[in-house]
Amino acid sequence: MTHPEHLTIHEAHDLLKSKQISSVELTRSMLKRIESVDPKVKAFMTVTGDLALQQAAQADKKIAEGECGPLTGVPGVMKDVLCTKGVRTTCSSKMLEHFIPPYNATVIEKLYANGMVLLGKANMDEFAMGSSTENSAYFTTHNPWDLTRIPGGSSGGSAAAVAAGEGCFALGSDTGGSIRQPAGFCSITGLKPTYGRVSRYGLIAFASSLDQIGPMTKDVTDAAIVMNAISGRDERDSTSVDCPVPDFTRSLNKDIKGMRLGIPKEYFVEGMQPEVAAAMETAIAKLEELGASVERGVSLPSTPYALAVYYIIAPSEASANLARYDGVKYGFSFQGTDSMWEAMEKTRQFGFGPEVKRRIMLGTYALSAGYYDAYYLKAQKVRTLIRMEFDKAFEKYDALITPTSPTVPFKAGEKGDDPLAMYLSDVCTLPINIAGVPAISIPAGFASGLPIGMQIIAKPFAEETIFRIAHAYEQATGWQKMNPKV
Amino acid sequence: MKLSREEVLHIAALAKLGMTEDDIHHFGGQLSNILENFEVLKGVDTEGIQPTAQANSVCNVMRDDVIAPSLSQEEVLANAPKRDGEFFRIRPVME
Repeated sequence: MTHPEHLTIHEAHDLLKSKQISSVELTRSMLKRIESVDPKVKAFMTVTGDLALQQAAQADKKIAEGECGPLTGVPGVMKDVLCTKGVRTTCSSKMLEHFIPPYNATVIEKLYANGMVLLGKANMDEFAMGSSTENSAYFTTHNPWDLTRIPGGSSGGSAAAVAAGEGCFALGSDTGGSIRQPAGFCSITGLKPTYGRVSRYGLIAFASSLDQIGPMTKDVTDAAIVMNAISGRDERDSTSVDCPVPDFTRSLNKDIKGMRLGIPKEYFVEGMQPEVAAAMETAIAKLEELGASVERGVSLPSTPYALAVYYIIAPSEASANLARYDGVKYGFSFQGTDSMWEAMEKTRQFGFGPEVKRRIMLGTYALSAGYYDAYYLKAQKVRTLIRMEFDKAFEKYDALITPTSPTVPFKAGEKGDDPLAMYLSDVCTLPINIAGVPAISIPAGFASGLPIGMQIIAKPFAEETIFRIAHAYEQATGWQKMNPKV
Repeated sequence: MKLSREEVLHIAALAKLGMTEDDIHHFGGQLSNILENFEVLKGVDTEGIQPTAQANSVCNVMRDDVIAPSLSQEEVLANAPKRDGEFFRIRPVME
């Protein structure tokens, strides 16, 4: 047990079950790892050491009684957008600096019921708005593969923690790529499930028609294990779908002979780095070698409109969701006035960071009288076109293959104060949330030591197809076994 | 699509966002630039296309109205910036 930090969930489980290690030992070594590398990586908003050791001791008791599920005693990290009862949940915003949720998100409850140990809460872009963690109101997380670069975002803390071995796995949330883009940038596995597959109860809302929670893991097997634990209908999230939850691990270790894969040409965008295009060519050739039938030049013609559609719909929904931060019920509250309206305006002025304000303004504008039809309604109609094109593609193909991002991770500060340049880094992931379909990012190689991710997209509720392809590719290439030297 | 200073102030007022002079200038410029990029949608033919509000077909979800435990008053008020006994304390609404 020289490197417990790089244990996957299934490897940790094997050791726990055969009693080669206890959960308390595993948790201690993870906490030690966090202590030694997190000053460099800065993945954590909050480390819950005492709670983790308590939960680990409980898990050990269960294991001693012969009760050892796939997640029993396994330490995980939760994005700080997920409510954890009694544990500070900030959304990396000053607005929620001291917020202690009185309840758990459904996914947290489910993971606790499965015996997970909570190591802490991960840094993110404020209210999940961003692609680099540079919008965190506290600090920027560093990419474990190159500390001068960003880990992606918004779930950048979750991705960096997993890549740096500061936890066996993490949960993230994905509104326009916030799980997949950082997973690609940190060379880990990240799945955005189908809209409605996982309950969002207790997920601090950003854009409710797009948000999903999903696993961020060291390999595909782990993503399937976590999906088994968190999926399913929840009465407390009325958008969660009553659809049977299969055992996702049964999609692993299957061949992909004869599977039909499409390569949509619109995802190989202008401005894509040649190294990314080359890595994708190699990855696609590997999939063909594994027996899949690949068709290039598939067209989803409305794809170029996805960016505009997303940046109208998501900010519109955000402007409504974030109206709740009024300084009355919880969160930051400006005190220096007796006027109710002034207090509210100042609370929001000082509580929100610039990107959050920008999106609230944008959304308020798109929904305001006189502009609703031209912006919001128009975007919703183009959204329908984007969905229909995916529907049509999935009549012909089992899955679509694209890069996760057009570039490798960029340098901190590189995009400066240019919101549009930052928005473009999600150009390959946004359309998937617009359509509500599931997609994964898995490691697909490196360019000068910097990770490249491949995205696999399938039709609604076809996560099994995604796992089957992703696992076959992963087993054939072994990229998931590479670890950064932090 | 250049936003005027009055438009920026109007949106900020609707959103209840306090702004400094710098903010008005800065956000005004950035929002104008972003909105200009959204103009591409105007050219898309959406004649006869229904809007999508959300991506799955779930609608009008009902459940039985069953009494179940909920948060205690203490838990609900625990994060309140200002409270007065069993109430949230707010500033006067009538001015």
